[in-house]
Amino acid sequence: MRVELSVNGQPRSDEVEPRLLLVHYLREVCGLRAANVGCDTTSCGACTVLLNGTSVKSCTVLTVQASGQEVTTAEGLAAGEALHPVQAAFRQEHGLQCGFCTPGMVMAAVGLLAENPDPTEAEVREGLEGNFCRCTGYHNIVRAVLAAARATAGSAAEPDPAAGGVPEEVGA
Amino acid sequence: MIPAPFDYVAAESTTHALDLLDSLGDDAKLLAGGHSLLPMMKLRLAAPTALIDIGRLAELIGIRADGEELVIGAATPHALLAASDLVRADAPLLAHSAAQVGDPQIRHRGTIGGSLAHADPAADLPMALVALGGSVDVLGPGGRRNVAADDFFAGYFETALGPGELITAARVPRRPGASWGYQKFVRRANDWAIVGVAAVGGRIALANMGPVPLRAHAAERALAEGATAAEAADLAAEGTEPGEDVHANRVYRMHLARVLTRRALEHRT
Repeated sequence: MRVELSVNGQPRSDEVEPRLLLVHYLREVCGLRAANVGCDTTSCGACTVLLNGTSVKSCTVLTVQASGQEVTTAEGLAAGEALHPVQAAFRQEHGLQCGFCTPGMVMAAVGLLAENPDPTEAEVREGLEGNFCRCTGYHNIVRAVLAAARATAGSAAEPDPAAGGVPEEVGA
Repeated sequence: MIPAPFDYVAAESTTHALDLLDSLGDDAKLLAGGHSLLPMMKLRLAAPTALIDIGRLAELIGIRADGEELVIGAATPHALLAASDLVRADAPLLAHSAAQVGDPQIRHRGTIGGSLAHADPAADLPMALVALGGSVDVLGPGGRRNVAADDFFAGYFETALGPGELITAARVPRRPGASWGYQKFVRRANDWAIVGVAAVGGRIALANMGPVPLRAHAAERALAEGATAAEAADLAAEGTEPGEDVHANRVYRMHLARVLTRRALEHRT
């Protein structure tokens, strides 16, 4: 059946089987391969994308359920050459090892910060509960999300002289 | 994993959904968030011939006060329930339970109606609804009816819903001051409860201690008669016949029910 949706800001119209999972649509129809199929059982979070701005596991969403809505994948985050603050923070803090969970982690983090722009370390860890890193690189991932939150607050808010700018070390 | 083929129809209203349930037959299933049904379809444990999507019906989404009750639309996602100021004030156990389901992504998609209809005895929201003394609004070919949570869960993954019926809402009493406690024992993040306990006022409900969420009647009676939390909790597993699996045998589950009930009662807020 026909689906019409926005993927990374681009309107699309495609003929799909009702059983086509969103992650397969993104990877195989749209050619966007950031979202990975990891566990395929709604556990690992490697397939996390944003649906209307909130994080979802695209292995457990039918493409037809996303019709008429806005999907954002990791490919849609950067503005040209300028990385999204979460992407920049993952690079800065080395928030990845093998990289397989990274697109899902980044999208979950973007979704988390949209709901809670100034999370505590505990809130970041709970907010990423649905994403597994089997390299167990969680420590730097959490540092990256906290750094992204501070960088975003630093650019969005009036500079606070008392805060002394964005700290290099967070969560240590 | 890819589900078996099926037809998909997005319902335009609950009335339309009822018509579709009638015309598409017994092998059609309702779809809301899909976070219980789609995993089962991917494993081919379920293979409905048609899905009727009610997940985006505005009439089924949202929370409102109706006199002494809160009414939660069936397609309200867990995240909305957990974040609702109204629910946090008037039925905090329900908001807390919704916040314990799965993980953030799952809470963005999973719905209260889906959780109740799926009727997993280990799930958070069925237990919470029983503890709160809530009820379920049902719409079907015969009209509307309301089923008490105590009567809604009929067996393992089985409810009082008849053919052609759908859940439109869950109802819970508004009890802003009532003390409540919640305990869930899991081995890992995201897991289903090996045993769960929800207590509010004088009511205690148990998850995964039988085929349906159960009331701990003996412990409730003891509390009503003035027993301490520890004394009442000793009776929490009375009358239960919990199943056994790789996580826990029967004796261990009964032990957990007693320990978790004591913690839930002692840490009531």
